[in-house]
Amino acid sequence: MWDDGIMKFAQMMGTGILESLYMTLFSSLIAYVIGLPLGVLLVVTDKDGIAPLVWFNKVIGVIVNLIRSVPFVILLISVMPLTRAIIGTTLGSTAVVIPLIIASAPYIARLVESSLKEVDKGVIEAAQSMGATPFQIIFKVLIPEAMPSLIIGSAIAVTTILSYSAMSGFVGGGGLGDIAIRYGYYRYETGTMLVTVAILVLIVQVFQELGTMWMKRSDKRL
Amino acid sequence: MNDKPIVTLVGLGKVFESKNNKVKALEDINLTINQGEIFGIIGLSGAGKSTLVRCINFLERPTSGSVIFDGADLGKLKESELLKARQSMGMIFQQFNLLMQRNALQNICFPLELAGIPKKEAKMRASELLEIVGLSDKAKAYPAQLSGGQKQRIAIARALATNPKVLLCDEATSALDPTTTRSILNLLKEINQRLGITVIVITHEMSVIEEICNRVAIIDQSHIAEVGDVEEVFVRPQSKIAKQLVFSGDSHIEHFVGEYKCRIIFDGRTSFEPVIANMVLECKTPVNILFADTKDIDGKAFGQMVIQLPNEETGRKRIMNYLNMNQIPYEEVKDYVG
Repeated sequence: MWDDGIMKFAQMMGTGILESLYMTLFSSLIAYVIGLPLGVLLVVTDKDGIAPLVWFNKVIGVIVNLIRSVPFVILLISVMPLTRAIIGTTLGSTAVVIPLIIASAPYIARLVESSLKEVDKGVIEAAQSMGATPFQIIFKVLIPEAMPSLIIGSAIAVTTILSYSAMSGFVGGGGLGDIAIRYGYYRYETGTMLVTVAILVLIVQVFQELGTMWMKRSDKRL
Repeated sequence: MNDKPIVTLVGLGKVFESKNNKVKALEDINLTINQGEIFGIIGLSGAGKSTLVRCINFLERPTSGSVIFDGADLGKLKESELLKARQSMGMIFQQFNLLMQRNALQNICFPLELAGIPKKEAKMRASELLEIVGLSDKAKAYPAQLSGGQKQRIAIARALATNPKVLLCDEATSALDPTTTRSILNLLKEINQRLGITVIVITHEMSVIEEICNRVAIIDQSHIAEVGDVEEVFVRPQSKIAKQLVFSGDSHIEHFVGEYKCRIIFDGRTSFEPVIANMVLECKTPVNILFADTKDIDGKAFGQMVIQLPNEETGRKRIMNYLNMNQIPYEEVKDYVG
């Protein structure tokens, strides 16, 4: 009987962890597919960039800021019609992926932007002096040179998305956050809540540590 | 060296415009740089020399005038043709500007990759170049593991990878210590002689010009103040800025205002005889040496001395006469020299 309870608890936590990881990693991946090019565009079309296009830069800058200024909980609820149109439901982990992507892509764009801006202007100028096209500069200079910083940025992005995903419990999104809210908040099971929070802390630690290790390995300046 | 021009600047001007002001960085620059020479462009900081070198390869687009490189007007080229032309102009920088995430060999391969040369071929060429710059053993080293001089050697190898006709050097030795500077300058000289590449050197150091250049242009306040053979400019600088650069340290002489002074110019011919001593013995008139600066260029000594003449008229005239008779170039210095 008691054993059965433990088993159930462990199973629930296991599912929660898997759902959280699924939401986080899947939406991170898609958010990077959108955010990385967006960040590159923000840098490249800047007035001091390699292919200045000021009006375009301003437009995407404003859009990015607009989305970033909406609190995630509000966004979570307000994109529900869109989620239903794409996924068919607003419940479950897959449904939460949509607001997660919308919220994190602009965030990632800014992270990527700041990483790419760290690349020495002189190195870009050197590439230009060799007749590099803007495309070659992006793929052979900007991104490879900023790689360590991009990696650290990705660890920050993933952990942020994980904490966003925890909020999805409010709309029945599944994952550890869902458990924490349902058991810890609605049913006053403080113990359950503490366990989920502890697991979340652990996951964040692991992601951050992996990111740092990967960065150190890739950086040839150290 | 022949006199076939490789780079010609015609009426070149560059104006930087910002919201509320216009800055003329360059105005009416006319220069012809010949194939195979080492051409120096010197000026104080802010004179416009960095802008000038960037106009030569169109990293900065001139706002007026034109740049003729190897017979083609760069301003009239299509973007793709301009990028192609840049592959014929190597460039090195004060801060080396190597790719930090690539090792030495990969850095040298970089321009070859841009030019679409197959990897294997590029690697072979890069190894060859490493040998030219004397760093074959550093192929796998990353820039962070190299010294300043080594980094500049890698940068030179990288700039040479695409077999350029011209090598632009933007303050290439300004971040290096004197010994390393000398070795980099020797390497540039060697490259110029061995490969016949025209070298354009931008610097604020007269010693760099002395060491390797055949001809020099002095740029001051956005204009070319003087152009000529290095020897000629060193012996008889015409412009104020040239005098300032050649006779550096002149400012001290200000304190002697009111006395008669004259500057004796050493042009290689007269410096092998004890000019001042002979003059004093011959004229039996003492002089006071206020300032002296002589340099050795190509085995001849050049430079100047500023001497204070006696106030008494006959002695002074005797000295002038002596200088005239011995055809020693000199000029009277009234107040501030320059």
